[in-house]
Amino acid sequence: MKANSPWVFLPLVGFVLLAVLLASGLGRDPQELPSALVGKPVPTFSLSSLLTEETFTEESLRGRWQLLNVWATWCPTCHVEHPYLLELAARGIPIAGLNYKDETPAARQYLADLGNPFTHVIVDADGQLGLDLGVYGAPETFLINPQGEIVLRHAGDLNERVWQEKFVPLMPAARQGGGA
Amino acid sequence: MAAEIGHLSLWLALAAALCLSVFPLVGVYRNIIAWQWYARPLAWLQWLALTIAMLCLGYSFYINDFSVAYVANHSNSALPLAYRLSAIWGGHEGSLLLWGWMLGGWAAMVGLLSRSVPLPMVSRVLSVMGMISVGFLLFMLLTSNPFDRNLPWFPLDGADLNPLLQDPGLIVHPPMLYMGYVGFSVAFAFAVAGLLAGNLEPAWARWARPWTTVAWCFLTVGIALGSWWAYYELGWGGWWFWDPVENASLLPWLAGTALIHSLAVTEKRNLFRAWTVLLAIIAFSLSLLGTFLVRSGVLTSVHAFANDPARGAFILGFLVVVAGGALTLFAVRASALRSDSGFKPVSREAFLLGNNLILLTATSVVLMGTLFPLIGEALDLKISIRSPYFNGFFVPLTFVLILLMVPGVFSNWKRQDGKVLLRRMLPLVPAAVIAGWFGARLPDPSPWQGVLAIMLALYLVFAHVADVWRRARSYQQGMMTGLKKLGRGYWGMVLAHCGLAVMVAGIALVSFHEVERDIRMAPGDKAQIGHYHFVFDSMDKYRGPNFDSTRGHFHVSYQGEDVAIMHPEKRTYHASGQVMTEAAIDAGFWRDLYVALGEPLEAENAWAVRIYFKPGIRWIWLGALIMALGGGLALSDKRYRRQRFTAEDEVRTGVAS
Repeated sequence: MKANSPWVFLPLVGFVLLAVLLASGLGRDPQELPSALVGKPVPTFSLSSLLTEETFTEESLRGRWQLLNVWATWCPTCHVEHPYLLELAARGIPIAGLNYKDETPAARQYLADLGNPFTHVIVDADGQLGLDLGVYGAPETFLINPQGEIVLRHAGDLNERVWQEKFVPLMPAARQGGGA
Repeated sequence: MAAEIGHLSLWLALAAALCLSVFPLVGVYRNIIAWQWYARPLAWLQWLALTIAMLCLGYSFYINDFSVAYVANHSNSALPLAYRLSAIWGGHEGSLLLWGWMLGGWAAMVGLLSRSVPLPMVSRVLSVMGMISVGFLLFMLLTSNPFDRNLPWFPLDGADLNPLLQDPGLIVHPPMLYMGYVGFSVAFAFAVAGLLAGNLEPAWARWARPWTTVAWCFLTVGIALGSWWAYYELGWGGWWFWDPVENASLLPWLAGTALIHSLAVTEKRNLFRAWTVLLAIIAFSLSLLGTFLVRSGVLTSVHAFANDPARGAFILGFLVVVAGGALTLFAVRASALRSDSGFKPVSREAFLLGNNLILLTATSVVLMGTLFPLIGEALDLKISIRSPYFNGFFVPLTFVLILLMVPGVFSNWKRQDGKVLLRRMLPLVPAAVIAGWFGARLPDPSPWQGVLAIMLALYLVFAHVADVWRRARSYQQGMMTGLKKLGRGYWGMVLAHCGLAVMVAGIALVSFHEVERDIRMAPGDKAQIGHYHFVFDSMDKYRGPNFDSTRGHFHVSYQGEDVAIMHPEKRTYHASGQVMTEAAIDAGFWRDLYVALGEPLEAENAWAVRIYFKPGIRWIWLGALIMALGGGLALSDKRYRRQRFTAEDEVRTGVAS
């Protein structure tokens, strides 16, 4: 340990290199879905309908701005969110439902009791589409453009604040469902 | 209302921290005694404000105030009270508040327990801690306020605490870990204060040392708790995964371990002063780096908090100011810390320096491995760094570390006669080899690494027993009197080193003798694992407070005698729909039995079942606890309670490291 020798600067130099390395990593987002799927088309699928005899594919999510809401009867927050979905539907926002890892009779009963905000409901009983979408819990809501591409993913319940802050800015004015 | 009071308290704490970081320091330079006197009351005021904030957040959880966004995101009305309260640190914002509260607490304690330290030094130390606090409080208030409201649209019920965190181990693990992380800020503050003063007084190391030891003890317990939690909660039966966040806690621990040994040299011999100061800066900077890694989303980890690049940028900026600033100061001032006295190549100092270098090498290995995803991306390499890399370095490094510990303990300060040293060391070698050979072979044959690890662990224990014996006899007043005369600092070292031996033996046992089986089982099926006989009796379902569970009933017998009834579970949590595996563990001193339910198989009632037999796994955590106890014992050494360092103390504690 000689005095005034350049070694005293070594830790600082090492730290600067480390800081540059860390800064380069800041933009990375290895976990969050938006960077992975935003701008990409909805994964392909072919799943049955909850309320009709149809089979839906990714085609059913094209042609207009719409929401894809991931819900289940086992999810309490979905109950909380439900009235707001009905309100959005009443404003003319098309919402597709993805019934996620649920029991079909219970799901039908749920919509019969609470009202159905969905244009159509896709049954994802084994969670395969949910897996492709990177869903980690219900509720989650995706905003999908007319080309069938994911524009936004929101995890957690949908409410007026989230709607105004996250969804509305991304949608063309005509599709925002009136004022509010 | 509570949230607003809490929010206001945070601003009050920020004001106190700002004053604390300015007035006492200016007071030192301007020689205004009154301003220096403000340091302690300001530190106490800051802590009081932070305590109020903590209470307010706790109260918001207690009354289920879901209009507070943080409460809504991390709690649920069905969540049991204990978990509602531990949810305070279950997420990013609240754990940051815990960080800040502890930082304030450490500063308040420094103010309280520093009567023997000169006022200008206390003022500098508390000022530096105030600066760190300012950074954390700004971070909290600007990017991550736990008191943000959800108004006017707040949810009727919360999103629930992550089920992984709904566990008694997780109530205590984060506070312990944070006490360790944050505790290193005291050593850091002392180091920076010393650099600011321009020269380290001889007593500097004695002031800084107990604080560092306390922090190290907390960190040791915190890491052990985390490992224990991962073992029983994640359902993989592993105890260490080299996960980036685990590594983030190991980094300051390794640097901190180097620091407490280097501090010993600085206290006893006034040597290694620049080195000690540098280690103090590194240990706390690595704590901050851990915070950055967990909260910036730079690396993927099971522990990571919500990712937010803005938060990452803030912490990185903060890290640059704190570590960069301290290292710049070090570069400018380190030459003033040059030591006059020297030591011989065979001496306790030399062996401690060797161990320090090993510990720092280990730190670099972990740092490189942890940051490799970033390095690989920068250099466009596609190599995955997994446990073989870490184990490949860590096993030999630990072996060399132990080989250097023994002569370090046996040697005198300043210079040691090599022949005497060899005479002390060599007779123990055959004993350790023979005992280790039998010890490692007792359960069943083991590869040479396992045998060597057991031998080295035994060698370490024998060496310490021999050393206690030799030193106790050196008083020449009979064995009992001699044992009583040995200082608590010395006993602490012996205990901590033996803790390491216990841990190494445990790791060797579990690594080379564990049995892991994945089998398909339906009720009525039997399985033989080692000498244990497992019977899958039945399955049932029950409903917990906020989850539904499918539970298996197993009974286990050993040579015809029932030893355990085990209940592994699969739980589905209502709020998130998350499915959690609750492993059943029958813990024992010599071995653990571990049963976890995998996935249900297509046939009715059949399950993929994982059954493990894990010998010695408890020793890993037991070893860590013994190490921490050793640290605690060293802390109670009476020389830290004295106002002045007397010649008599010098003699009595001269044997301690």
